[in-house]
Amino acid sequence: MAKEWFRLTAHEIRDAVLGGAVSAEEVTRSFLSRIEQVDSKVCAYVDVWRDAAISRAREIDARIRKEGFRGALAGVPISIKDVLCTKQGYTTCCSKILRGYRSPFDATVVERLWEAGAIFLGKTNMDEFAMGSSTENSAVQLTRNPWNLDYVPGGSSGGSAASVAADEAACSLGSDTGGSIRQPAACCGCVGLKPTYGRVSRYGLVAFASSLDQIGPFTKDVEDCALMLGTIAGRDPRDSTSVDLPVPDYCQALNKDIKGLRVGMPREYFTEALGGEVREKIEEAIRSLEKLGAEVVEVRLPHTEYAIAVYYIICTAEASANLARFDGVRYGYRSPRATDMRQMYHLSRSEGFGPEVRRRIILGTYVLSSGYYDAYYLKAQKVRSLIRQDFVKAFEMCDVIVTPTSPTPAFRIGEKTDDPLQMYLSDIYTISVNLAAIPGLSMPCGFTKGGLPVGLQLLGKHFDEMTLLRVADAYEKNRGFDIGHPPIN
Amino acid sequence: MPKLTVKDVEYVAELAHLTLDGATKERLAQELGSILEYMDKLNELDTSQVEPMMHALEMTNIFRCDEVQPSLSRDVALQNAPKTDGEYFLVPKILDTE
Amino acid sequence: MDYEAVIGLEVHVELNTNSKMFCGCSTTFHAPPNTCVCPVCLGMPGVLPAINRKAVEYGIAVGLVLNCTISKWSKMDRKNYFYPDLAKNYQISQYDLPLAYGGWLDVEVDGRTKRIGITRAHLEEDTARNTHTLGGGDSGVDFNRSGVPLLEIVTEPDIRSAQEAYAYLTLLKQILSYLGVSDCNMEEGSLRAEANVSVRRVGDPKLGVKTEIKNVASFSGTYKAIEYEIARQISVLSRGESVVQETRGWDPDRGITVSQRSKESAHDYRYFPEPDLVPIAVNDEWVEKIRASLPELPRARKQRFVTQYSLSEYDAGVLTTTRAMAEYFEETVRAGAPPKPAANWIMGDLQALLTESKQEISSCRIAPSDLAEMIILIEKGTISGKIAKDLLPEMFATGSPPDKLIKEKNLVQLSDISELESIAREVIAANPGPAADYRAGKTKALGFLVGQLMKATQGRANPKLANELLIKELNKIS
Ligand SMILES: [Zn+2]
Repeated sequence: MAKEWFRLTAHEIRDAVLGGAVSAEEVTRSFLSRIEQVDSKVCAYVDVWRDAAISRAREIDARIRKEGFRGALAGVPISIKDVLCTKQGYTTCCSKILRGYRSPFDATVVERLWEAGAIFLGKTNMDEFAMGSSTENSAVQLTRNPWNLDYVPGGSSGGSAASVAADEAACSLGSDTGGSIRQPAACCGCVGLKPTYGRVSRYGLVAFASSLDQIGPFTKDVEDCALMLGTIAGRDPRDSTSVDLPVPDYCQALNKDIKGLRVGMPREYFTEALGGEVREKIEEAIRSLEKLGAEVVEVRLPHTEYAIAVYYIICTAEASANLARFDGVRYGYRSPRATDMRQMYHLSRSEGFGPEVRRRIILGTYVLSSGYYDAYYLKAQKVRSLIRQDFVKAFEMCDVIVTPTSPTPAFRIGEKTDDPLQMYLSDIYTISVNLAAIPGLSMPCGFTKGGLPVGLQLLGKHFDEMTLLRVADAYEKNRGFDIGHPPIN
Repeated sequence: MPKLTVKDVEYVAELAHLTLDGATKERLAQELGSILEYMDKLNELDTSQVEPMMHALEMTNIFRCDEVQPSLSRDVALQNAPKTDGEYFLVPKILDTE
Repeated sequence: MDYEAVIGLEVHVELNTNSKMFCGCSTTFHAPPNTCVCPVCLGMPGVLPAINRKAVEYGIAVGLVLNCTISKWSKMDRKNYFYPDLAKNYQISQYDLPLAYGGWLDVEVDGRTKRIGITRAHLEEDTARNTHTLGGGDSGVDFNRSGVPLLEIVTEPDIRSAQEAYAYLTLLKQILSYLGVSDCNMEEGSLRAEANVSVRRVGDPKLGVKTEIKNVASFSGTYKAIEYEIARQISVLSRGESVVQETRGWDPDRGITVSQRSKESAHDYRYFPEPDLVPIAVNDEWVEKIRASLPELPRARKQRFVTQYSLSEYDAGVLTTTRAMAEYFEETVRAGAPPKPAANWIMGDLQALLTESKQEISSCRIAPSDLAEMIILIEKGTISGKIAKDLLPEMFATGSPPDKLIKEKNLVQLSDISELESIAREVIAANPGPAADYRAGKTKALGFLVGQLMKATQGRANPKLANELLIKELNKIS
């Protein structure tokens, strides 16, 4: 039987390929047959680039042979959330309004992975325009949680998380506006990182909320997370909000001790409301950190209760403008029923966008409209300042903050409440991080009795992904359980 | 007095260039009304002395040089157009009154 | 009942940077449709804008010459509305923190100076162009102009007549051309003016209801449209009716303004700060650097021409109409030509040649140094003024220097006395009639004889000398 290359991490694959133990082509074929085997059940991919991936793998093999190519991700098969622009295939954000859209350019992150020798397997499913937390808002298909196919994979980057968890990709790229990387990573039991705002170029990321969006990796372990971040981070002249700070060698964060490191527990996050198995697992993880020599301190984030209101004002306002360009003029869906200009706009947009997207556009338009700007948008931006200040102050007392990623594990498909407000409230632990623009990492810290992964979230100071990775790596190596592989049946 | 009336929804839908059917309008008025009510929570805070956080990071003056870069070929520019004559993007006749 | 008009102007200027405001596409005119476009200026999914530094510097320069305060802190905002020419269905513009504000410009109207307040000047991006002439039921959209940097300059409602508006626009255009920040070509749409017009009873502190006049293709059109609109509003009010606040378009064929009632009357632009761009912070050092690089402006240059070159106000005014002409004049003088003749040649014969051939002085084939050389040759008496008048078109057509053409065509002035004396004698001998008339006291006959002499020398004879020698020969009694 052929070796199960698809089980390996990115750094293991890279080392095997560069060490001559296996060809990139063999690795790629291994992943492609894994996809063939399980994706009809998981439904992580909306498009698989079979032929392109094989010819790319051959190219990498040839470059290794002829030029001595030593890319950091040489031969590593990667999946890409359908919100990132790629010249290969389609870029649809899993929306009817972009069905068949071909981007004339690659996102900066895609270019950077390409230069590092990655092999792209295809595009993954997501909530339409990244709006949702279960991937059920995709206009294309439902994605299932590899740990239990009756459960959602989380969202909005559910396809990316599921593809990594189900060993259908070594790593994946997702986007995170209010938790869209960390929450599905938690649901699917992988490592997911939302870098500091500005750390990674957003050029080529179809915008949801420009001041909150950030691209980040899904990986099987913390080392891969460091590897991926080091590859995609750095200033890009095409993104004016990307920061011109040197990119450290994030792998230097690995295999370090965390003695004396101060770990903050926000009082506001560990209230009565957080109960059950999630709380147990998080507290267990915190005890592990203590055993490793970390000092646990209580910190305060007093404006936590306002974060959801602030978030939904800002993200919908920005989304209402960002999604205005989908009008059926230059690309995308145009309603065949439209006979005049007004109909072209109204019918194309109403038929092209799904209900959650329409709801957020309406809300965002409302909070910006004449007479309401000060009461909602301006007010939210002011409270956002307070939320950021909370974190800056908290980080005077600690080096990282630990929280659950989500108050609950993945829920059953179709079980989600019809009440959008209740849905929004479940994002409580992830959205403040985007508002404060700090980095956040989610990693598995155990399973529920029902066998679903639970996510531990680590938060760091602005641009201090190093410390985040250091703590995550130390915990991963000492957490006392192996994440294993989902059964998928 | 509801937070959001159907008329409000209609006004905003017009601004956003969306057409909604009657039932959707009513449902949205209700849903968004309760979301807005929740958002009124922010009024508990006195923010008169707080500067709004207009940008995620404190940076200024990020510019590019005035250099011409290659444009797209017209075929590629038009490749996704729902309607084109090979030169222009075509839209239903624009009337001055619109 | 006496009414007065209250007018404010909004001018949109396309800045002539090489590349667009937020992307690297060329801003060139006349490219085939949709060939100067990229994902950014087409508003494709996933793109981000990046500000062109030059556009900001041009904006600051204009702010300075309009005596504005340059904002130490300004930002870009999104202005949201749907239109097929707007790639993202929002325009990146500046809302509450414009690049420059609170300035003024002094204009001359009927010999009086009128100060017009400048409310603000802000940066934004131009829209695409729509065509309605493709036939069929469709309009076409060309995104070549989409994203070209625009500066919007807004005046206070200080203007009281069409004449003042015209004077302001003309001076503004002149200044912008001097700065070199715009081509100011109205036909290409690189300069566009909109007028807000209202009328009120003289002495009434309250403003009347205003109308906005759009789509005017020339300054004279703006002048006529404002005049028409003032008269129309006065007649509406005199009838006891009220003016409707609306946008009106100028119909040049009928000479009237026409209501363009908009269906989407509620303009709710939902401005908010552009999250994809960071604020613009302008410190004193940057402002002073730009101030130091500003060229001399028309008014200052005109005054200097009067004092430095002893030109009349009128001549100095004409020569400083454009920066190119003023520079041409000064280069000619620097090359050795006396100022007054240089001014006359440039404003007279050269301007006529330019006008006739529809050329700009900047593309004139006569180098200023060659024009100077020609003038010096006249002054030295090497060629006659009359020869020069024929020489100039040759220089204009060929770009050759005057000495080369003079040699080629043997145009050097005949000033050799003995040679001219013998030609004079031949002319008198060949025209006994007029000679006799002259001697009989009909001095007018001399003119004919001079003409004959010039003809005999193909115009090369020194006219003053020819005159003298003819008289001398005629007075020699035979
Ligand atoms: Zn462009």
